[in-house]
Amino acid sequence: MTLDHGFVEKRGFLLLLLILVTVSIGGIVQIAPLFSIESTIERVQGMRPYSPLELVGRNIYIREGCYNCHSQMIRPFRDEVERYGHFSLAAESMYDHPFQWGSKRTGPDLARVGGKYSNDWQTVHLVNPRSVVPESIMPGYPFLLERDLRAADIAAHLRTLRAVGVPYTEEMIEQAVADLHAQAAPEGDHDSVLERYPKASVGDHDGQPERLTEMDALVAYLQILGRMVDFTAIRAEDLRQ
Amino acid sequence: MEGLVEFARSIWGLWLMILFVGIVAWTFWPSRRQKLEEHGKIPFKNDPD
Amino acid sequence: MAVAATAGVVPARRDYVEDVVQAFVVATVFWGVVGFLMGTIIAFQLAYPVLNLDLEWTSFGRLRPVHTSAVIFAFGGNALLGTSFYVVQRTCRARLFGGEQLGWFVFWGYQLFIVLAATGYVTGITQSREYAEPEWFVDLWLTIVWVAYLVAFFGTVLKREEPHIYVANWFYLAFIVTIAMLHIVNNLALPVSFMGTKSYSLFAGVQDALTQWWYGHNAVGFFLTAGFLAMMYYFVPKQAERPVYSYRLSIIHFWALIFLYIWAGPHHLHYTALPDWAQVLGMTFSIMLWMPSWGGMINGLMTLSGAWDKLRTDPVLRFLVVSVAFYGMSTFEGPLMSIRQVNALSHYTDWTVGHVHSGALGWVAFVTFGAVYYLVPRLWGAQRLYSLRLVEWHFWVATLGIVLYITAMWVSGIMQGLMWRSFDHLGFLQFSFIETVEAMHPYYVIRAFGGVLFLLGALIMVYNLIRTMRGEIREEEAMVVTLPAGARAAPAE
Repeated sequence: MTLDHGFVEKRGFLLLLLILVTVSIGGIVQIAPLFSIESTIERVQGMRPYSPLELVGRNIYIREGCYNCHSQMIRPFRDEVERYGHFSLAAESMYDHPFQWGSKRTGPDLARVGGKYSNDWQTVHLVNPRSVVPESIMPGYPFLLERDLRAADIAAHLRTLRAVGVPYTEEMIEQAVADLHAQAAPEGDHDSVLERYPKASVGDHDGQPERLTEMDALVAYLQILGRMVDFTAIRAEDLRQ
Repeated sequence: MEGLVEFARSIWGLWLMILFVGIVAWTFWPSRRQKLEEHGKIPFKNDPD
Repeated sequence: MAVAATAGVVPARRDYVEDVVQAFVVATVFWGVVGFLMGTIIAFQLAYPVLNLDLEWTSFGRLRPVHTSAVIFAFGGNALLGTSFYVVQRTCRARLFGGEQLGWFVFWGYQLFIVLAATGYVTGITQSREYAEPEWFVDLWLTIVWVAYLVAFFGTVLKREEPHIYVANWFYLAFIVTIAMLHIVNNLALPVSFMGTKSYSLFAGVQDALTQWWYGHNAVGFFLTAGFLAMMYYFVPKQAERPVYSYRLSIIHFWALIFLYIWAGPHHLHYTALPDWAQVLGMTFSIMLWMPSWGGMINGLMTLSGAWDKLRTDPVLRFLVVSVAFYGMSTFEGPLMSIRQVNALSHYTDWTVGHVHSGALGWVAFVTFGAVYYLVPRLWGAQRLYSLRLVEWHFWVATLGIVLYITAMWVSGIMQGLMWRSFDHLGFLQFSFIETVEAMHPYYVIRAFGGVLFLLGALIMVYNLIRTMRGEIREEEAMVVTLPAGARAAPAE
């Protein structure tokens, strides 16, 4: 049998094309509408971009792989709502690039851990979890307390996030370095920080007021988790998706 | 016309089902049995490795 | 061999690219051992947290991605790339497109990707997207290597001498192009600077979550399933010395599987802030997926019809067949867990971890072991494997490891899920979170020992393969079982 190579090659490409079409349909039908349907994100009050210090803390959270054991997504079940608080809204992670919902709870959910424990408790716990929770299996992170925070390029981070859709203002970007230091300083310009980033946890976080460490940033991030949205002002129809 | 297109889109599950049944019918059509099952022997046509 | 004779084509041995395949086989085994070792280490860390050493490079959070990437992309990936080059050349009866050069580029390019990814995790460079943790510059490099891989594979398909494209190559092709699509879309990100490692995902929150799990589930669907089904469709028939049970079923299997899989991602996000319609869609397609999965399993298992006795005497075939059985088990468990009400209990618990491992250890690793045992004597020109008895040992040690692993995770997962949701008679939560952590300790220990056994089995394989590569053959009794009279009443076909 003589082979018609044109035909054979065409069949190869046909197979490739059919595969591409077949595997594209599902993704297009599922994912595309999420970007266009207005009701995907609930209309709630209080969401704001992360402050520079919180953002750096969040990047440490990502760097250490906390998401491997901690979720940030409370499901609407009685036990979860009692244990962790109001179920999570899509709006609460609308500025999260990337999202940190997680997929495993080796440790508890952290979506609303903000304000539940003191800064001191968080610091001691992160340095040696078993000193406050003897049965804990969490790794210790003592090095966070030893390491000075390096975030000279924080403005560039804010600018990048603005490019992907986070509404940082020109003022926020200009003041990024100042805000970062002010938020963590015991006697900084807390008012300007709180004006730009309401409810931010201000002051020293790691028990070392003279130093700005990675621990300061991580604790500041943990302390804002789940506290931005004002749940007293929410009506049921606001939550409709 | 608009309504017809709308209706046709709403029963997408049916179209997919028809496509699927069509593929199954084509594949399992008795006259194709010999030819298709022959392809299963391709791995053995090869060199005596 | 009867089949080859009826086909009537026995061409002379061709000039196939084989040393690249050899290198892929060695890399598969090497990274496999590394990945299993990492898994065992982090399993012990969960049982004994002091093993985290309080150092940043050795904490669970950084090592877990090393484990997952090492087993999925390094062990599984090298197995897929290597076997695809081996299979495509033979089933197309054509030399690899691009020859040795392109083959070696793909090989070293891929190893560089693995090393860049792993060193990144250990030093804290990660996107935090599960199974897609490498940062933007590593992603770009993988894209280049992947395009080269597609060119080599698809080029070989295009210049084939065999008129028909064998079904294994369909699965490999679907794996290659779909992974390319998933990889590119899921990793869309903006770097902070071109000299730095940090980037921010283009997507946020709920859209980011769905994109990630569209990727994440289809890393399972197309990397760990479609690609390894391609291996099944070549190595099971070859080792059993009979064609696949139904070629026509394999066609239906292929199109149904790749169409349905891509929709299943949202079942990772049940009861989250993802809109309900997307969750229901994901659940529906996940349940439908059960059908093509079992169609494929039946096709693989029934290939042995009339030759079941070979399972007694051929431990390599046993690896391959048991892998298909595990595939059937995990693809039954998966749709079950995708049902929202079941997922409400299983999600966030070890049940998911156990499910993944019944697929990863039982299906992916076992079919890979079978393929490696098949390939090494042929690629190194040995008469046969050094020792079939050692393959037998590997099989049983690893199987016992899997059984310990998945049963421990079932118990701990379901137990933890139930403890989280139990209330006492006054209506208060019955257990604090830490009490559920404490209760899991014994199961974490059992799981870790399951991992030790699985690793031990792999080390037995390494020893066996090294002796085989040296051309050595162990004097041992043939693996024949004396059958009771009449046991072979029904002759094969």
